[in-house]
Amino acid sequence: MNPTPFDIFVLPFTVGMSLLFAYLILKYASWIWYFDRDDKLRILRGLFSLKSLKAVKEIFLESLVHRKMFLVNRRLGYMHFSLAFGWFLLIVIGAFEAHIYMGGAAPFYFPIFFVYFVPDDESFFFARGFVQLMDASLLLVLLGVVVAIIKRFYKRIVGMRSTTNLRLRDKMVLYSLWLIFPLRLFAESATCGLHGSGGFLTGTVGSLMAATLPLEAIEYPLWWAYSIDLCLFFIGLPFSRYMHIPTEMVLIFFRNWGIKLKPDNPILEEVMVLSCPRCGVCIDRCQLNTAVGNHDTQAVYFLQRIRNHEQHSAQAKNCLMCGRCESVCPVGIDLNAIRLRHRQNFTPETFVPQYNNADAQKVDVVFFTGCMGHLVPKTKDAMVKILNASGDRYWFMDADGGICCGRPMKLAGQTAAAQKLMDKNRQSIIESGARTLVTSCPICYKVFREDYNLEGIEILHHTEYIKRLIDSGKIKVDKKNLAVAYHDPCELGRGAGIYEPPRDVLGSVATLQTTANERKNSLCCGGSLANLTLPSADKARIAEQAMCSLTANHPDVVATACPLCKKTLARTQMAPVEDVAELVAEAMKE
Amino acid sequence: MIMQQKNIAIIGGGPAGIEAAASLAGLGHHVWLIEKESELGGHLRLMYNLFPDKRPADEVLQEMLSHVKNPNIEILTNTQVADCKQIDNRFALKTDSGQTIDADAVLMATGYRLFDAVRKEEYGYGIYPGVINSFELEAMLKNNALKNVKGEVPRRVILLHCIGSRDEKVGNHYCSKVCCVTAVKQAIEIKRRHPETEVFCFYMDIRMFGPYYEELYREAQEKWKVTFVRGKISEAAANLDGEIQIKAEDTLIGKPLHMRTDLLVLMCGMEADTDEPVARALGIERGANRFFRSADNYTRYNSTNLPGVFTAGACTAPMNIIDTIANARAAAISIHEYLGGRN
Amino acid sequence: MWGFKIAKSQSINYDRNDKEIMRTVLENEPSLRVCMACGACTATCSAGNLLPTFNIRRLNTLLQRGEYTQLRNELNNCMLCGKCTLVCPRGVNIRNIVLNTREALMKYESDTI
Repeated sequence: MNPTPFDIFVLPFTVGMSLLFAYLILKYASWIWYFDRDDKLRILRGLFSLKSLKAVKEIFLESLVHRKMFLVNRRLGYMHFSLAFGWFLLIVIGAFEAHIYMGGAAPFYFPIFFVYFVPDDESFFFARGFVQLMDASLLLVLLGVVVAIIKRFYKRIVGMRSTTNLRLRDKMVLYSLWLIFPLRLFAESATCGLHGSGGFLTGTVGSLMAATLPLEAIEYPLWWAYSIDLCLFFIGLPFSRYMHIPTEMVLIFFRNWGIKLKPDNPILEEVMVLSCPRCGVCIDRCQLNTAVGNHDTQAVYFLQRIRNHEQHSAQAKNCLMCGRCESVCPVGIDLNAIRLRHRQNFTPETFVPQYNNADAQKVDVVFFTGCMGHLVPKTKDAMVKILNASGDRYWFMDADGGICCGRPMKLAGQTAAAQKLMDKNRQSIIESGARTLVTSCPICYKVFREDYNLEGIEILHHTEYIKRLIDSGKIKVDKKNLAVAYHDPCELGRGAGIYEPPRDVLGSVATLQTTANERKNSLCCGGSLANLTLPSADKARIAEQAMCSLTANHPDVVATACPLCKKTLARTQMAPVEDVAELVAEAMKE
Repeated sequence: MIMQQKNIAIIGGGPAGIEAAASLAGLGHHVWLIEKESELGGHLRLMYNLFPDKRPADEVLQEMLSHVKNPNIEILTNTQVADCKQIDNRFALKTDSGQTIDADAVLMATGYRLFDAVRKEEYGYGIYPGVINSFELEAMLKNNALKNVKGEVPRRVILLHCIGSRDEKVGNHYCSKVCCVTAVKQAIEIKRRHPETEVFCFYMDIRMFGPYYEELYREAQEKWKVTFVRGKISEAAANLDGEIQIKAEDTLIGKPLHMRTDLLVLMCGMEADTDEPVARALGIERGANRFFRSADNYTRYNSTNLPGVFTAGACTAPMNIIDTIANARAAAISIHEYLGGRN
Repeated sequence: MWGFKIAKSQSINYDRNDKEIMRTVLENEPSLRVCMACGACTATCSAGNLLPTFNIRRLNTLLQRGEYTQLRNELNNCMLCGKCTLVCPRGVNIRNIVLNTREALMKYESDTI
């Protein structure tokens, strides 16, 4: 047992760290306190289950290794990885080193300042190994810091066209973070230089410092500076973006325990907002940035405004909800759901629908084309032809127009009103006695699947339905000599996970090309009903961007599976645009 | 002083090209009149009669063509310009048949492209046989074969104005000017032949810009009992009989209006021919509406950004026949001046 | 007394009408200014086809004259499906006008009560 080492310079660190811990414990407790009963039960049930282990694994992979960020942007991923994982190694290895040295309990500041208190004792277990490991970890962090500093000034070095803008407060904390590791390096190296000890890094830097600097005079102030800087960072952390570090881990636990974002409970949203590390991956994914030049509405800025209690209703409305940002967010924040939450209560919910659907017909299949379907008669007629050939008894529910599916209202934040529309449609669908509901519109499709509660009725997008008809031989098609590029509608692809059925169908009637942006990475056409404010000319710009990518290999036809996408893309006149159903109808054998 | 004979290449043998060729030849110049089709006349060949006097289009065309029977005019039909270069202040043109033309000036008289109504899918053009465009109606009138899809005289015809004009959804903010009066002319022609057929014009604004046009509009209402409804049709669908069901708003009443019709005629507007090869090769500037940009809209209407390159007719803006003829003559004078005809 | 009474004027008194809501909406969605009243929105309207008394083009015109009574009663019939915006030849964001008008009416009413 060694005597407990102490020096007054450890106090700033100790105070800062204690305050941070106290703050975090209160914060975590308050979140759990404000969860509703169901969520509290979920936490209780989840705490000692496998879910917690899964969360730990996820924390390791995402918060430390930054796996997802690596997948999106390798250099940015490396920066976050080396900072987070390197620091994690410093803490863990340092703790082992200190506790082995002490033979058990060590005060919690001790591992941090270990080199100062134990500059050249190599008598304990694995002492030389620890020195080298600690140096290697420090080097890893320092390399990350170098990339971070360069990124701040030359963002393209990490392959980003845009990086986040910072407030003064964030800058102060950012600089204190940058300083921590160089200060640690110089403080440790000074001590090592004085004692002729240290690993490959601190030893080398130490002997260089010993040769050029009056180490006796500067060693002690360097340790003070290191301690004070840590203190500043810890005190500033809860008020800066670095709050994401202790929050993201909690979010991962909550998510694994099954807690979901609800319109009426703001707690999980707060956790998500604080979890955003502002890596900025969402900025370059956003077509409002790349096609329209908006630098104010991307997820990172929107969350920042919520966090800072700044005006954000314009940002809440100006979003395509295409899901491109959400699909790559390394933290997995429910960006669309948060956006939608902030659209609530713009308007009174006094809506009473004063209209009804046509009387239901008793059938096997209900076909719902959707509002926009009436503006693309070629698609509508193709579906009628296919349905007639299918042999199924069907009812074209909105042949003469009908009640909207309700999703456009939901997207505008009018959940209660939307529910009233849904109830009317639901009643008509159930009255028909059908077992299958087919729709041409991905917007309708998503809401039918997620909100309609149609037990016993299978909900199919027309591409899924057509695939079945082809697979079962109910309709026969000829493969035509036609090169087709397929545009994934956001609501059907990222929104509902339907990527393959339209491709399978197209494969049997034409030759499908691959495009640069497809499936999860497909571009939005710009016509999105989710964006409440985007001007018509800007929508056209986004459509052009999507069409540039789709027509890169000069297809004969651009195919899609959404009436809104079709109209929006056709407007560009860059290639003929047809719905998958139209290509099938044209390829059908009579 | 007798001016040396100059050579002018006119691209396009429609009304503008024909009239400019006649004028320039009359001024003593040598003209190549280059037409990609097998005959001169352009869109005028497709017309039955012309507003406001209802004079037969063929008669007008024949009179114009009689002016180009001139030894100074070389007519090249079935000919397209494959290549065009400006060398100093001369123009070297090469046709697809291999002929080379050395010109002192070029006159673009390339006309317009009819808006392709397929781009307004909601009206069902190209999907439902009962939906036709204004040139197809004109052809029916010319061939005396106005029929619905069942081959009968239609009981009702709706003419819908502003297809592809004043519509930012197809990228055309401008008014095509002639479609309103064309609709009135065609409505009268239908009623003159088939008084029992009901004819409706659905319009946003009625723009009767020329002399005797407003009178024609009044005649359509008063004498021929054509009905005018103020409202743009939003969509059309066919029923099993091939009848077309339209949806509109009668904006003067403020109520949605549904109506069935045998024929829905889309009054398609004019668009610039942006693929025209000579303009591409020379780099003639276009305006926001994609028609050729005038050097000055007031004083140098027929001049372009390039000295020696002039424009006439509907390649500069939507234009009727009367204005096209006047515009072509103005272009001829502008070219004559450019070539030193007036010092 | 005379067996009849003087009817309240049915004309739009533009000078007396309150223009606050109109101004707010036009500021938030200036595209309304380019409406040329073609009626394509009303023609295509999903709600209007089921409920012919609901006329979105007319309501937007009333808004621009400061006549809010009908707006208050009828605007809620809109299903926000966005078809009107898709067909508008002038690119007016009609759906956003409906949202903004509802918001402005609600705010105006809560301010005046």
